[in-house]
Amino acid sequence: MSVVTSKSPAAPVTLKSLGRGYFDRIRGGDLGALPAVLGLLVLCTTFSIMRPVFLSSLNFANLLTQGAALTVIAMGLIFVLLLGEIDLSAGYASGVCAAMLAVLLTQHGWPWYAAVLASLVTGAVIGLALGVLVAKLGIPSFVVTLAAFLAFQGVVLLMLKEGTNISIRDSTILAISNNNMTPTLSWAALALGVLGYAATQLWRARRRKQRGLSAEPLTLIALRVGILTAIAGTAVYVLNQERSRNAIIVSLKGVPIIVPIIGVLLVGLTFVLRRTKYGRHIYAVGGNQEAARRAGINVDALRISAFVICSTMAAIGGVIAASRADSVDPNTGGSNVLLYAVGAAVIGGTSLFGGKGRILDAVLGGAVVAVIINGMGLMGYSSGIKYVVTGFVLLLAAGVDALSRRRTAKR
Amino acid sequence: MTATPILELRGIDKSFGPVQVLHDVAFSVYPGEVTALVGDNGAGKSTLVKCIGGIHPIDAGEYFIEGEPVHVHSPRDAAGYGVEIVYQDLALCDNLDIVQNMFLGRERKSGLVLDEATMEEMAAKTLDGLSVRTVQSIRQLVSSLSGGQRQTVAIAKAVLWNSKIVILDEPTAALGVAQTAQVLELVRRLADNGLAVVLISHNMNDVFAVSDRIAALYLGRMAAQLKTSDITHAQIVELITSGRSGDLGLQNGNGAKA
Repeated sequence: MSVVTSKSPAAPVTLKSLGRGYFDRIRGGDLGALPAVLGLLVLCTTFSIMRPVFLSSLNFANLLTQGAALTVIAMGLIFVLLLGEIDLSAGYASGVCAAMLAVLLTQHGWPWYAAVLASLVTGAVIGLALGVLVAKLGIPSFVVTLAAFLAFQGVVLLMLKEGTNISIRDSTILAISNNNMTPTLSWAALALGVLGYAATQLWRARRRKQRGLSAEPLTLIALRVGILTAIAGTAVYVLNQERSRNAIIVSLKGVPIIVPIIGVLLVGLTFVLRRTKYGRHIYAVGGNQEAARRAGINVDALRISAFVICSTMAAIGGVIAASRADSVDPNTGGSNVLLYAVGAAVIGGTSLFGGKGRILDAVLGGAVVAVIINGMGLMGYSSGIKYVVTGFVLLLAAGVDALSRRRTAKR
Repeated sequence: MTATPILELRGIDKSFGPVQVLHDVAFSVYPGEVTALVGDNGAGKSTLVKCIGGIHPIDAGEYFIEGEPVHVHSPRDAAGYGVEIVYQDLALCDNLDIVQNMFLGRERKSGLVLDEATMEEMAAKTLDGLSVRTVQSIRQLVSSLSGGQRQTVAIAKAVLWNSKIVILDEPTAALGVAQTAQVLELVRRLADNGLAVVLISHNMNDVFAVSDRIAALYLGRMAAQLKTSDITHAQIVELITSGRSGDLGLQNGNGAKA
């Protein structure tokens, strides 16, 4: 072993060695977030050149709320995808949960919190049923959830009395996708997020160094915190500008409330996957089910729990979608919502073969999908072309995933 | 044979339906020694190992750990007595790193959170104790390791738990020359550290290179269990292929010739 002399007892970690490790990983087929970030840059550049209005703060805020529901559904899907399974019913499951919310709110007069809770419980029960069918009966998840996809489509129709549109008037529910934080609160939330991120990173590096383990160099942490601050800071600055077309009647400024909600879900679920025993076991089952079983992991229970999380997240996505549309109709969660969500996860870098993926993938991929939908809308393309392009992008992402997997397996 | 065997089996019978795979097998394993378990395909090596590991229940016979009779009904029981088996397929997760694999299913926690630092320290200590220097970083993904390195990780995983008996199922079967030498060196070091090692192998060169004792199975019967120094290469091959070799082995028509 070549030992580089250094004051730290553990193998020295320098920016250079980290950089080399990163390039080695990319060459080895592990592209990580690279395709999503590059795609985002290319798409944003193209759209802002062709339609300058793409860069307006109004459109930016619109973009965020447009992508929110599918991002949340994608976050849940990642749990199922990590196990190497799929949930094709997540879209309509969100529709069923949104319909549950709307019916309880308007026809039964439930308060918003009770209706939201009921909708989340509905999601959890759906996930439990799917998970039991997959794990205990051994029906392939593709078939179970395809059947559920069809059935839930019918359930939504039945709940909405053959396709009537139920509008939502509860101000709290409507606020989720439609209201903004005040500019001051927006800055405060940004500061909280950035400081929290920096503090956890520094704390972890310090603890590892104290115990003589290799730790990330401070410059790298500073670089990451700096980039985060720059991007998020610019975003908050843009969103804090007045974006109402008629500011005297109604003022529109500040970060949409949906952004911190996504942020909390991102941090919370990332913590579960990366820092808990449960999350570690999810990755293990996705990597080698037999090894996980021999290690004493209850694979069936884990699989059921992943479907429960997926459908519950779909329920949250349904609530967000209902809030954005101000109503629930038979198309809520339908048509392309599921494919957009799966696309978001895969574009972000989650593998369809299981064992690889992060919650952040849902946010990055969700951003790419939202930019495509939004930008093509601005370009005035027909929905036919939008479908074709989105399908093509999903195929491209799945192709990159399959190729990178082949590349890793070759060694 | 002054020391008591750490693991001793007597009169083990095992049938799968109408097929009797093990007949009255006796087998002893001593601490600080490598016991090679040899035999032709279908001789019952894997079945015997799975009985020891608690995967197959035994039909008849006695199982002793350090002279005490015990009952092993599940892999958990076996692990509780310090028996760890490294199977041929290794059972590692490619998408996890070395530390994560070594602690799979037995993760250390501090509160709700995984205690990564402690796990990393313990893994590094175990690998150091085995003088493993071939891996660059213990935070490397297993998918990036060579066959020999994977074998090393699987063995280190088995040793991590203060196990007393480590059973290795053909650890060198898929390896090249240099990697085989590395793994054999590791096997020898395990025994020198005081562990009892059982090595299943088809390769007589490997067997003679590292083992202290050889146990030869022939059609489900223990043909002979001898010190490696008391036996020749040719005799072992005869024991494996016909169950006897001169005065050694199954005498009065116990084997297939009956």
